[in-house]
Amino acid sequence: MEPDLSFVEQVSELSQQNVRRCYYCLRCSAGCPAAYAMDVTPAQILRLVQLGQKDTLLRSSAIWLCIGCETCGTRCPNQIHAGAVIDALRHLALKDNVPAAEKSVFRLHKAFLSTIHLWGRLHEVSMLAQYAATNLASRAVFGNIDMGAALFLKGKLELLPHRTQDMDQVRQLFSLGEEPHHDD
Amino acid sequence: MAQYAFYPGCTLHSTGVEFGASTDRVCDTLGLELLEIPDWNCCGASSAHSMDHDLFLALPARNIAQAQLVPLDGDDLSLAIPCAACFSRTAAADLALRQDPAFRAQMESVLDFQFTGRIRPRNLLDILANDFSPAQLTAHLSNPLEGLKVVSYYGCLLVRPPAYTDRWDDPEHPQSMDFLLQLMGAQPVPWSYGVDCCGGSLTLNRADVVVHLVDVLARAAIEAGADALVTACPMCMANVDGRQKYRGELPLPRPPKPDYDPLPIFYFTELMALAYDLPMLKVLARHLVDPRPLLKRLEIL
Repeated sequence: MEPDLSFVEQVSELSQQNVRRCYYCLRCSAGCPAAYAMDVTPAQILRLVQLGQKDTLLRSSAIWLCIGCETCGTRCPNQIHAGAVIDALRHLALKDNVPAAEKSVFRLHKAFLSTIHLWGRLHEVSMLAQYAATNLASRAVFGNIDMGAALFLKGKLELLPHRTQDMDQVRQLFSLGEEPHHDD
Repeated sequence: MAQYAFYPGCTLHSTGVEFGASTDRVCDTLGLELLEIPDWNCCGASSAHSMDHDLFLALPARNIAQAQLVPLDGDDLSLAIPCAACFSRTAAADLALRQDPAFRAQMESVLDFQFTGRIRPRNLLDILANDFSPAQLTAHLSNPLEGLKVVSYYGCLLVRPPAYTDRWDDPEHPQSMDFLLQLMGAQPVPWSYGVDCCGGSLTLNRADVVVHLVDVLARAAIEAGADALVTACPMCMANVDGRQKYRGELPLPRPPKPDYDPLPIFYFTELMALAYDLPMLKVLARHLVDPRPLLKRLEIL
């Protein structure tokens, strides 16, 4: 497809990373724990950004498989945080409503955040219930039944949530993105 | 008595209950008073970071505002945070409050507070290893962990990225945990996987990735000659403890087991509590890989 040469500027600004400095030494891909499962690896992601391949990137599984472990950015000889670049790509994908290539990952994040919106703190049982309800078609849910049961029997999953009292304030934080932005 | 503001995070009463219980006991013993910050909220973890950049910084910023309500005097205060992920998120928000005037103004207005910068988020391992002298740390040592060979597993967010951690320990070759465990009489053995990642939040949606990464860690620890792996993070514990046994496959037919005996996993605070001879039997019973046979064999328990 036609390369979009303004894309590298957009991503560099959003991520606060100078993506043009990448000379493809591959240290990021070599250290990435999830690279083996990604369709494009961190170094390839930086290259594709340089080449303006927006569509390939926003539809990639890689932007959802990045664990955020920061190995890539810590090791880059050019001080590029590939993780921050991947964050920017994921945010662009969300903004453009590009369907997530890893649906279970997307649904778990959604369930996690709606639990925080509800209680202010994580309540695993609420989160797992919503994740299971939105992800029934995926075997990812059923594969976790045995571990969930084991955790429950060990008393490590609480039935009742602990909640933050000032939920009005917490919920206000959820709507910041809809207001005028700070520069980041 | 040394006083610290304290952010427990969501997991210390649930999946990380062993971390919470052992932290309380060890801190009591050392005379470290943890003052829980009032009405705290979740740090946002991987999900806010992945889905919403504003929320990623705003959730922990609220906790920093709440931490300022803890009655502590002084200009160089610490907010103690046991969980590595909570520590990283809070450190990111603290850095943004210090360096980004627009973000700071927005947070001060939404959260109705004034950022003083007097409290620095620090993780518990940093505090225990660096704020106490070896003499203080060994003063209560009554059950040295003799014969226990361990690998120190730091994982990702305790030491990375250096911009957030302020390099409290080296991002590639951290040593604090080895130092503490050695003082407790254990024998940390060298290995090359101390800062590798366990797979974090992919555990529930791409269990295959986490099972693979945990398998690499467990094999490497066994190859290094370790009897156990030691962590400072509830997410690492859930993954390395849980995913050695529960492989994310449908329970029936029974999924294949790894060809090695699952490796017991400890929080570093659990090993400190054992070395101080504090009651730990009920806490240790809650691990998914039972560590008690190993401890009994070495006459530590």
